[in-house]
Amino acid sequence: MLDLSKYSSIGEALRDALETWPREVCLYESDRGEQKQRITYREFKDSALPLAKWLQDSGFKSGDRASIIMTNQSKWLISAYAIFFCGGTLVPLDYKLKPDEQWTLLKHSGASVLITEYPIWRQLSLSAGRAEAANVASVLVTEAPPQTDLARAVEWESASGDGQPAYVPRKREDLACIVYSSGTGGTPKGCMMTHGNYLEQCVALTSLYPFWPGMKYLSILPTNHAIDFMVGFFGPFICGAAVVHLRTLRPEFVREAFTKYQITYVSLVPLVLKNLQKGLQARFDELPTGKRRLFERLKSWNKALTKNRPVLPLSRLLLKPVHAAFGGKLEAIIVGGAFTEPQTLQFFYDLGIPVANGYGLTEAGTAVTVNDLRPFRADTVGKPLPGMEVRILNPDMDGIGQVSVRSKTVMAGYLNEPELTAQTIVDGWLMTGDMGRFDAAGHLQLFGRKKNMIVTEEGKNVYAEDVEQAFEGLPVKEYCVFAANYIWPSRSMVGEQLILVIHLEHGQAFTEELRKEIAARNSRLINYKRIHGIVVCNEDFPLTASLKIIRVELAERLGKLERSQEILPA
Amino acid sequence: MRTLEQTTQEILELATKHFKAAPGSLHANDDFYKKLGIDSLQTLELLSRLENHFQIELPDYEVQGVSDFKTLAERVQSRL
Repeated sequence: MLDLSKYSSIGEALRDALETWPREVCLYESDRGEQKQRITYREFKDSALPLAKWLQDSGFKSGDRASIIMTNQSKWLISAYAIFFCGGTLVPLDYKLKPDEQWTLLKHSGASVLITEYPIWRQLSLSAGRAEAANVASVLVTEAPPQTDLARAVEWESASGDGQPAYVPRKREDLACIVYSSGTGGTPKGCMMTHGNYLEQCVALTSLYPFWPGMKYLSILPTNHAIDFMVGFFGPFICGAAVVHLRTLRPEFVREAFTKYQITYVSLVPLVLKNLQKGLQARFDELPTGKRRLFERLKSWNKALTKNRPVLPLSRLLLKPVHAAFGGKLEAIIVGGAFTEPQTLQFFYDLGIPVANGYGLTEAGTAVTVNDLRPFRADTVGKPLPGMEVRILNPDMDGIGQVSVRSKTVMAGYLNEPELTAQTIVDGWLMTGDMGRFDAAGHLQLFGRKKNMIVTEEGKNVYAEDVEQAFEGLPVKEYCVFAANYIWPSRSMVGEQLILVIHLEHGQAFTEELRKEIAARNSRLINYKRIHGIVVCNEDFPLTASLKIIRVELAERLGKLERSQEILPA
Repeated sequence: MRTLEQTTQEILELATKHFKAAPGSLHANDDFYKKLGIDSLQTLELLSRLENHFQIELPDYEVQGVSDFKTLAERVQSRL
């Protein structure tokens, strides 16, 4: 097991790694199949320290916050290290959010520095939200075209201070990152992650899925996502491994990267994994009958021989063409961000490609349980990682109850939200809001959510309340957005949908005009935030004294109705 | 040089072919996620097809937040 006990912060551990592996390659960057960059740990350090000095010269000090909004690329990681070197707190934000959402989170986080890419800055600088986030004093922009007006931002490439920056130590309990687990609209949920959280998570994860010098991790999930931050940056760097970045995520270039770089691990969201499955299945279906029969026989042999544990050399031999298409060195596909259907996991395992399926949430420091593959189980999310205490609260007759977690990886709380934090972390236990039970072998199985939210197959968390803004001013008496499974618990983690509940004015009818108005507002939402159905409620919503909807009560009332009959198409 | 209308029309034809939609069923203001029932990954596939057709480079970020053919056509047009 990796021993990180001597380190008190991410910065300290990374600093040591850069000294330990100077000649090893830490980053490869490829654009449309062409390798653009290859950076060693020494070169990484040589790029990051002048930036750290620039930050310090500009007044950035210990505990200050700096945000990164970038696609996956070397400058993301170089900037993050410079921030940690200065003792700063990193605020990684999703580059896919809209500019106004990004400004809202920048304001909420209190970041004084923003590091971003030119195409993103072009949108951000034009957004009205900029005026709101006056806390962002300095902006660094990478890859700006020459002689471009950067709207008071500084070119990242020229942000280089003279002389050595002073390394600023941090303690394990200090804040390392503020990670937003969902978009905006309702309450921004900024998870305050400590240095200790990451160090502990790194030890736990690498105990099952180790990294080593010479291995290559393909970074596809956005680096602001807790999974890629851990397995696409911190984990591999601590162990002297390399990370491969692609500047485009078109399927054809992703496929090519596997063979070109002989990838060892990759993390994917379920949507991409399913897409990969579809592509492979189509190719298998095209095989001539004779070859198809042979392939099926080899696959069944592989399945029988790897029943108890993966035997990669054997699988690579038996199903050579499949493994060759993945570069021949793939140890496992890590899947995360959302629930993955068992049949997809089984499909890959039968081909001798283990899928490290697990369960986690940002609040718990990424992974809580992971499939240890001994034996592989497609029907569970695995066993708790070392150092994780997991218990089921108030189990029903079937043993199903809320999953709660206690561990050194659990966040310190939500930024500026003491009440929400107190509801979420009770006596040191994180209430996940997910329903589950343990089977006889100690594997966790999930059965839906207690929370009024959905997680899409792309790994996007969408809280129902966050979507309500889109329907503001709708000509109805009152309305509310719910996750359908929150009203009608289905004990399922797939096919989650949002619904809009409307209460019409007295005498008002649900007309085609109103339906069109809802549809028009719905289509203005980003695709994964859209509602899938409408429920017309005939009675007043239960309200608090301050006229807020009592969602729990309303959901209970609606839950008594028949789901299939109540939801009208949106 | 193509006009924006021509570009839009060609994109609609390419999308119809790529996603096997009924001829004439796609329109400039259509939300392609909704109309075609596709996901973000499939949109990236369409981008590659557009690049080959128009002989341009269209970085992934150009389609961030774009969900209708008209805006997509404007992005393509600006690179022609």
